[in-house]
Amino acid sequence: MSETTGGVEMDEEVSGVVKKFLYVNRKAPYGTIYALESLEVVLIAAAFDQDVSLVFLDDGVYQLVKGQHTKPIDVKNFSPTYRALEGYDIEKLYVEKESLEARGLTEADLIVPVTLLSATEMAELMEDQDVVMSF
Amino acid sequence: MPIVVNGQNYETDEEGYLTNRNDWNEDLAKEMAKVDNCDLSQNHWEVINFLREYYEEYQIAPAVRVLTKAIGKKLGPDKGNSKYLYELFPYGPAKQACKYAGLPKPTGCV
Repeated sequence: MSETTGGVEMDEEVSGVVKKFLYVNRKAPYGTIYALESLEVVLIAAAFDQDVSLVFLDDGVYQLVKGQHTKPIDVKNFSPTYRALEGYDIEKLYVEKESLEARGLTEADLIVPVTLLSATEMAELMEDQDVVMSF
Repeated sequence: MPIVVNGQNYETDEEGYLTNRNDWNEDLAKEMAKVDNCDLSQNHWEVINFLREYYEEYQIAPAVRVLTKAIGKKLGPDKGNSKYLYELFPYGPAKQACKYAGLPKPTGCV
């Protein structure tokens, strides 16, 4: 008791902390590397057992659209991988309602179950995070 | 470094993973295993085939934690655990079995 070292105690505390991580996806799936890179970071970071949420807004909603045919542009269709997220214990997927509607899409057009949020609710979700990473 | 099976050359990367997934066949898997002194049993094939199906469905090779859980779900708890899988694939179930299955190394695997 009398010889406690602050450093050791702190390390023990820090290792058990679970932070809220939010990955924000704003770009179309192909044409840039952002969407695929974001997905890979999410899959790798899943090993750290943190509280992870994914958000899709603006053209980012296209990442989740069913029936992507990428053969003509000669790139891999990685959209099936979003369905693997559940197995990685990543189950909090949010889509901005306004972004979806502006593109003439509905929840039924998406390959995974998601929660729809309004822009206002989205802002609250972001406010609530410890770490926000934008792609 | 190419691997030769039945007189046919197959391209692999520097760690022995098949370059073109569509080149895969069972003899190729057996040859890759032979290099590691591993004789493929029915239990090995069960995992290899599971990985090929997983990749077909999700377009990724699963992380070992995810593989263990998914195997447990499909083949039962006596097979869905690290001890069983590491006994089959001592170099790491995801890494080694993915190689024999002709898949890329799992994302995030170093």
